[in-house]
Formats: sequence, structure tokens, C-alpha cells
Amino acid sequence: MTQEDVVLPAPREAEGRSEAEAGEREPLLVVEGLTKHFPVKGGFPIRRTVGQVQAVDGIDLTVAVGESFGLVGESGCGKSTTGRLITRLLEPTGGKVSYRGQDISHASRRELAPIRSEIQMIFQDPYSSLNPRQTVGKIISGPMEINGIEPEGGREKRVRELLEIVGLNPEHFNRFPHEFSGGQRQRIGVARALALEPKLIVADEPVSALDVSIQAQVVNLLQQVQRELDIAFLFIAHDLAVVRHFSQRVAVMYLGKIIEVGDRTSIYTRPRHPYTHALLSAVPEVAVGEDSAPQRERIRLAGDVPSPISPPSGCRFRTRCWKAAEKCAAEEPPLVRISGNHEGHLTACHFPEEPTTEARDEDIVLDPALAALEDGGEG
Amino acid sequence: MLRFLLRRTLGSIVILVLLTVVAFLLFFGMPRDPALLMCGKTCTPDALENIHRTLGIDKSIPEQFWIFLQGLVMGRDDFAQGPCPAPCFGYSYHTNEQVWSTLMDRLPLTVSLALGATVVFLFVGLGTGMLAAWRRGTLVDKSFTAGSMVLSSMQIYFLGPLALAVLVYQTHLFDEPRYTELTADPVAWFTGLIIPWVVLSTIFAAQYTRMARSSMIEQLQEEHIRTARAKGMSRRYVFFRYAWRGSLIPIVTILGIDLSSMLGGAIITEYTFGLPGLGHLAVESVQFSDLPLLLGVMLFAAAVILLCNIVVDAAYAFIDPRVRLS
Amino acid sequence: MTTVTKEAGAPVPAGAGAFLSVRDLHVSFRTEDGVVGAVDGLSFDLERGKTLGIVGESGSGKSVTNLTVLGLHNPMFTTVEGEILLEGQELTTARESELERIRGNKVAMIFQDPLTALSPYYTVGRQIAEPYMKHRGASRKAAWERTVEMLGKVGIPHPRERAKDYPHQFSGGMRQRAMIAMALVCDPDLLIADEPTTALDVTVQAQILDLLKDLQQDTGSAIIFITHDLGVIADMADDIMVMYAGNAVERGTVDEVLRSPRHPYTWGLLNSMPRLDSDPATPLAPIPGAPPSLLNPPSGCRFHPRCTFQDRVGGGRCVDERPLLAPDRASACHLTADQKRTIFVEEIKPRLG
Repeated sequence: MTQEDVVLPAPREAEGRSEAEAGEREPLLVVEGLTKHFPVKGGFPIRRTVGQVQAVDGIDLTVAVGESFGLVGESGCGKSTTGRLITRLLEPTGGKVSYRGQDISHASRRELAPIRSEIQMIFQDPYSSLNPRQTVGKIISGPMEINGIEPEGGREKRVRELLEIVGLNPEHFNRFPHEFSGGQRQRIGVARALALEPKLIVADEPVSALDVSIQAQVVNLLQQVQRELDIAFLFIAHDLAVVRHFSQRVAVMYLGKIIEVGDRTSIYTRPRHPYTHALLSAVPEVAVGEDSAPQRERIRLAGDVPSPISPPSGCRFRTRCWKAAEKCAAEEPPLVRISGNHEGHLTACHFPEEPTTEARDEDIVLDPALAALEDGGEG
Repeated sequence: MLRFLLRRTLGSIVILVLLTVVAFLLFFGMPRDPALLMCGKTCTPDALENIHRTLGIDKSIPEQFWIFLQGLVMGRDDFAQGPCPAPCFGYSYHTNEQVWSTLMDRLPLTVSLALGATVVFLFVGLGTGMLAAWRRGTLVDKSFTAGSMVLSSMQIYFLGPLALAVLVYQTHLFDEPRYTELTADPVAWFTGLIIPWVVLSTIFAAQYTRMARSSMIEQLQEEHIRTARAKGMSRRYVFFRYAWRGSLIPIVTILGIDLSSMLGGAIITEYTFGLPGLGHLAVESVQFSDLPLLLGVMLFAAAVILLCNIVVDAAYAFIDPRVRLS
Repeated sequence: MTTVTKEAGAPVPAGAGAFLSVRDLHVSFRTEDGVVGAVDGLSFDLERGKTLGIVGESGSGKSVTNLTVLGLHNPMFTTVEGEILLEGQELTTARESELERIRGNKVAMIFQDPLTALSPYYTVGRQIAEPYMKHRGASRKAAWERTVEMLGKVGIPHPRERAKDYPHQFSGGMRQRAMIAMALVCDPDLLIADEPTTALDVTVQAQILDLLKDLQQDTGSAIIFITHDLGVIADMADDIMVMYAGNAVERGTVDEVLRSPRHPYTWGLLNSMPRLDSDPATPLAPIPGAPPSLLNPPSGCRFHPRCTFQDRVGGGRCVDERPLLAPDRASACHLTADQKRTIFVEEIKPRLG
């Protein structure tokens, strides 16, 4: 059964909300100056904290009711940590996470309990996030049990309903996770997240462990759930195309900071931060059915992301940036709307790029090996 | 890495001191009076007092402990039996011998037994285990695996007397187990210990066969093994250079545990073959409520275990650069 | 060769000019649950200096095929039938010592995860030098010089010092560069890259892909590039082979396959992938269902249980009869050539716009 066949119970809102409209709705989640540092132990003879992994270092973001907000970045940029801080699986070192106006950044278990049911999480690995010894019914009704919720018609009826919503056979509630394929298991994860009728779902790389054809099934399911149940999403992923497809607004993270944020059209067609340019230009694209692919800029950075233990001073991207100047090392660029940006499009850069992704006169190749090989080939 | 080992050593010393405190309090803080035992049937309060004084247990417990610690570090001469150089655990209640020299008397036997057996079981166990892994799924593998299952379920008190009966008393193929100093007569040392070695190592070897086999097989499934094969290295090379190195980690871990427990005294083996080593000594000290001796044996065994742990950690670092460089 | 006239036919004899030629390859594993037919009648050719991209999802047989080329399958549980000809030399029946001479020398491989694919116990330099010493008989010193040269070439800064480091001291991208250096140290004629960038970040992936292309320009070796990502293939390959459930279902040059794909599975893949320029309002059109178990593969066309076009073939042919893949530009599907063209132009392409 595919999700196309599924009839959802009473959709609260018709689909097709415009991007601008989404931005104007009341904020559900407000994150201000969120910071998480993990201590690094070392030293002699007594082990002590000798440094901090600055996993997340002062980020601000707002997710509106029913909005899908995307968080992209490469490994080590702090996007997953951000997700865990918002769901309070981790406690922030600093800053504030407010849900519906209530500060939950340091809330106790008891204070969190009512909110926990409204903020749910979907994880990357559908294999390890489901208890193999529990039936699917038990897994999905777990959150209801913990929170002492007795839905109308009983939990089993609700479980069947949820299985149907996520496109699984409701008769399978007595089966175990290993009897399902990877994509089906991720559907079980979605059903579990939906069990308490959440208002916000934090989805951390929900499709990256799945095969391409299955990925699309799960993306569609999440999109349908998001629209029809009016659930806000914080969609965390490294795949830029998937994030673009799913999110109305997108934030790009680099080394614990948000370096650019805006609505999806702005970020993907009018990026200003050099790192966003580099990211987009690195995505390999298929031009299907076209005679020639549209010419995009080619930017090849050198090396990998530096360690978040001792991030570069000033602008954190400057060590890999072709525009870096003295100012970049001395001064951290604020995340602001720079001239030429649409409303709501903020960029943290002293020397922003032109708002286009079209091919440049000359490729930017910072990788020394590539530069050497390419020069040698020409000359 | 050196820092890490130093830290482990310091930590071990702290543990040892704590252990000394606990053990001392347990033994000497007990309501039971060891003097009563020594005083015999014709005991008078005066005689008892006298014994208390000679044993040094007329003082308060903290005072006694302080004296004990001082003795460990600097030695003591307040014993009636004579001076007691550091490390001084005092004199045995039972034999009136210095505890430390008793320990040192018994140690060579225990070390000989443990190291000899280790050499044998490592050689046999790892050899058969690796051969089984090399020929995985063949008859060789299956018979080694089955054999090791049977042997590892054996017990020393079964195999030991059996070996004695068959190999020594019936066929006279081997000498009766007996300990001779290695320096005195190497041949007698060897022939006297060969049966205990074989029996002890049979049981351990079986365990190492299984462990070596399974950890080799696990290593051979690692991706870097496939890479090494893909660049044209031969199966033999990959087996001995790449897989072997990784399979050593679990083996060293278990070896550390086994070796430390054997060096602390292989009680059953020593009793089975009538060899008076440290294990024997431990049992004797319990039998005679010989508190100084018991404390000495216990702390010595603990020190051996901690030392083995440090050696194992150092071995990890030697085997795996990821440990060394982190 | 853009139009295909012969849609059916038995495997043709090995291509004369081909450097690597695989004919009717069958690979099956014995498992506890039964026999898994991982590759089922695969044929392809590869010319010198060309790049063949093999696309497929997990279980499509794309990795198995290439392990079999190098004889790296476990012979105890695996049955291999068919021909693998490398410069005319039959590899399926070659002796182990013969294969060892080829591996890392004439044919080299790089793998997906460079952290697990490099041994943690030896320095990067030693692992690169090993095959050079073995295949070229080079001295330790000469091999070390060559290692440093290769590390420099793939863009590792301070190669002489870094060669003495262990893999865990390298970053992910640097490790994959070291893997490439190791694979290319003996100037192989064929490089098999099995998902070499899947574990990497996108900016690093772009560096590595370009590096592979540039190095190929430099050395002229052929590449078999295995991936699940059509975007990567479009960027890297000259020819594409799409695999599904142990079969090749479509083949052609990159231009041919991406400009006018002809197999419903290829269409499904394209429809499943969001792109940077697709309309976000159009929902993705996933392939329904999940890939089949190869313990018990579907009859006829292995894709038929997930195919939405089988009613247009009629006569139950999709269920009963296995569609064959003709050589050159072809797709293994019972739809007629006209149907394939019309369906793509009228139903698939508009969605992608």
C-alpha cells in the first residue's frame, strides 16, 4: 500500500500554503543564542577539561506553526546537536529555547513532560531507533503509555489509525521491526512520532539511510503529514536538494553557526555567503531530458571543515574562503540582512557574493591538487 | 601515551592504598582476637596482654595502621622476632617468619607455574585457533572447535589427577610434580613442572583456541582486509600482518586477566599437584587465621593484578596506534 | 547507435576492442536462508580510458559484480558462472596467484568508507607502499619515494610527513585521497571505485570527483564508478549501466540515458530524486514498494511487481518472460521502443521540468 491510497483523518488545513504566508504565522519555537559546548578532557596528572568542542555556538532561529524549517550543513556543523538541544535530549550550555513562549532550555523532566508530547523526533537510522523486542503496536503506543494518554476507542485503535496514516497495513501491529524493510521501519518511526499529535517534529536526517526510491516515499509521507496535520518540522539533512524540496525556509550551518538563512528561493537561487555558493556548486546534478545542463558556477574548496575545538577567529569560514581578508579574522560577521537580500534573508559575511549561482568567468579552484592537475593539463 | 601509563600507575597506587586501608580495617578491626588463638588453653589475662603487646594489637586501630604503613615503606624493628626490613608486612602468627620473605620464598614456584603454562597455552591455543580460522569451515576447523569445546569444559581437579594417574603413576612417562629452583637444577625444574603446565594449559588453551579463531574470523571480515586483498597482497600476508594484529586486542585483554589471577596463586592447581606456591600460602593463612600473612598475600595479589592491567594497557598502545596517539 | 533495432538476443561474443569484457555473469551466494542470486546474467564491455558508471540501489548487484571481477568474493559460499575477460585473459578461472598479480597492479579498487577500508594498525605510507613493493619489486626506499609522490599528487599537504601518520589522524576527505593514492600507485589500467564519495560531505565529494577525473586525464586509466547517485554518475561517467535486482536494465552513454531514459526503473529513479531546480510544489513520484529479496526473485522481469507500466505490455509477458538487454544502447523492458519514447516524453519528462 502506498501513501497515495491513504485517507487522513480530518485535515486541518488545505495544502498549498505559500512561503510568505508561512513566515507570518505565529512562532512556535524560538531559539536565541543557543550554545552547546562539549568539554574535552585531558591533562596530567589529573584529567581536567582542557578545551571545548563548540558544537553549537550561538544560533538564533524561529519555526512558525505548521512551517517546515530546513537545517543544512556538512558533518560537524552542529545541525544534529541543534536538533537534540531543541528536543532537550541535550541541555544547552547557553542561550534559550522557547516553545510557545515557555523557556524550556533548562526545564526539568517534570516541567518538560507536557511539552515532550508536542515535540517529537524522527531519527536517521530506522534500524537502531526501534526496540527489536517490541511489537510495532507496542512501539507506537509507547509514547501514549508513558504520557498516560487513553485515546478514544483505545490505544490499539489509534495504533491502527496511525499505521494507516503512514501507509502500513494496520493488521501488522503485532509484528516486530525486523519483519519490515528499511523504508517501512522509517514509517514506523513516523507513526511513533505522530502518536501524541505533536505540533513540532524534529527530523534528523530522516531519509539519508534509505535507498533513493524509498527516500522519495518517506519524503512524500512527511510532507503529507506536515501539510495535512499542520505539524511544524525542523528538517535536518545534509542533502541540499531534499532540504529544498521539503522546507519553506532554510538555514545553512557551518562550524556551529548559522551563516545564512532565508526562504528557500533566496537561499538556493540568490545565495550571498561564499560557503552557500560552494555548497550549492558542489551538488552533482542531473539534467534530465535536456540537451545541455544549465551552466552553474564551479567552486572547489580546499581541505575539510576545521575542528570545532579551536574554530578560526572571526568568520569561521575564512580559512577556506577565497574572499577572506584581514577583517574576516578580526571581526565576526553578524547575521544580518545585507543590501540586495530579500526580506528575511540574512547572511553573515563581510564580503558577500553576487546573488546568483550561474557560472563565473573563471572557476574557483582552491584545492591545490586539482589546481595543479588542471593547470598541467592545459599548459 | 607515556602520560597515560603514568596516570594509570598513579591511579593503581591510589587503589592499592585504599585497598590496604579496607583490608587492614577488615582484618584487624574484627572483634575476633587473634591472641586468643595463640594463647592456647592455659591462657591467663596476663599472658593475653603479653601477646597483645608482642603482636602490637594493644594500640588503637588507626595507630596500628599507621605503624603498619610505616613498616611497609621503611621497615620496622619493634618485633620480638627481630628486625623487619621494608616492605614489612610483619611476622606470621603461625610460623613466626617474616611475611615478605615467605611470599618471596613461594613466588618463584608460582611464577614458574604461571609463565610456563602461559607459554604452552598461548602457543597451542593461538596456533590451533589461527589454523582453524585459516581453514574455516573445513574438517580441521570443525574438529578443533569441537575439541576445544570439550576441553574447556574440563576442570583441573579432574584432569590433574587423571594425568597424574595415567602419565606418572601407571606409565611412568613423567616425573612426579615437584618444584626445584631453576637456578639449582634447570632440568629438574622442567621435568618437575611439566605435568602441571600441561594440565593447566590444556584448559586455558581450549579457551584461547576458540577466542583466537573467532577474533581472527571477525578481523578477516573487516573492510581493510578486503582493501589489502584488493591491492594484491596474498592471503597469507593479509592473515598474518593485518588480521592478526587486530585479533590481538581481545586476546591480550583476556591474557591479562588470566595471567594476573595465575600469578596471584593458582590455588586449585597448586593443591592438585601438591605444589606449595602462593595459592597454597593463601589457603594456609586462612586456615590458621594468620592475619599478617593473609593481608600480605592479598595485597601482593592485588598489586600483581594492577600491574598486569598496566601492562595490558601498554600492550594495547603497542598494538593499536589509535590508543597510542589519543 | 542511438536507435536500437534488436531488442532481444543471446549474449554476444566478447567485444573485440574491449579492455574488460563481462559475459553472462552469474554470481550466487549460499546463505543460511537459501541461495541468493546476486548477479543474474550480466554482460558489459569497458574500453580503455573510459568511465562506466554503474547505478543501482542496495542489493542491485553492482558491488558484487566488481568484487567478482577481482576475485574478491568468498569462494566457499559463492558460485560464479560466465566470463570475465581482462585484455583477453579469463579471470573467473584464473589461479589465485594470477589474480594477485592483477589486483592493485592492473586493476585497483577504492571503497566507500576510507576509515574502515584502511587498516588502523599501519601508517598510511606503508599501506600505499606495500602494493608498489609487491608489484614493482621496488625497494623500501623507492616505494617510499613513490608514496610521497602519490600523496602529493592527490593533494595531501606535507606528504613526506603525513605518510608517517595513521589513517585516524587524517580527515575523511584526506583519507579518501590516500585511498586513491594507494589505488593509483602502480598506474592501474582500470580503477574500480565503489561508492567512493558516499561517506563524504558534499564539498569534499566535489573535490574527490574532480580529482578522479583530473587523474584519469593524466593517467588514461579506465574507471568503473559504482554509485546510487545519478547526479554523481552524470558528472563522472561516459557510459551508464543501470542495475536492478542483479540485472542490468538499461545501458547507454550518459547523454543517451539521461536525455531519453527508456526503462521504467530509470524513470522511477529520476522521479524519486528532488533536484536543485525542480519545482518544490510537485511531489516526488517514488517507485512503489521495495526492492525484492534475491532469495526468491520475481519471475519474468524482476521489476514487474513495482512497475506501473506493465499493463501497457499485455499478455502477462512481464510476469512470464524475462526481457533481455541488447548490447550498446538498450533497455531490458517489454515496452516497445515507441512506447518507451512516448511515455518518457509525455508522462515522465513534464514532471521533471
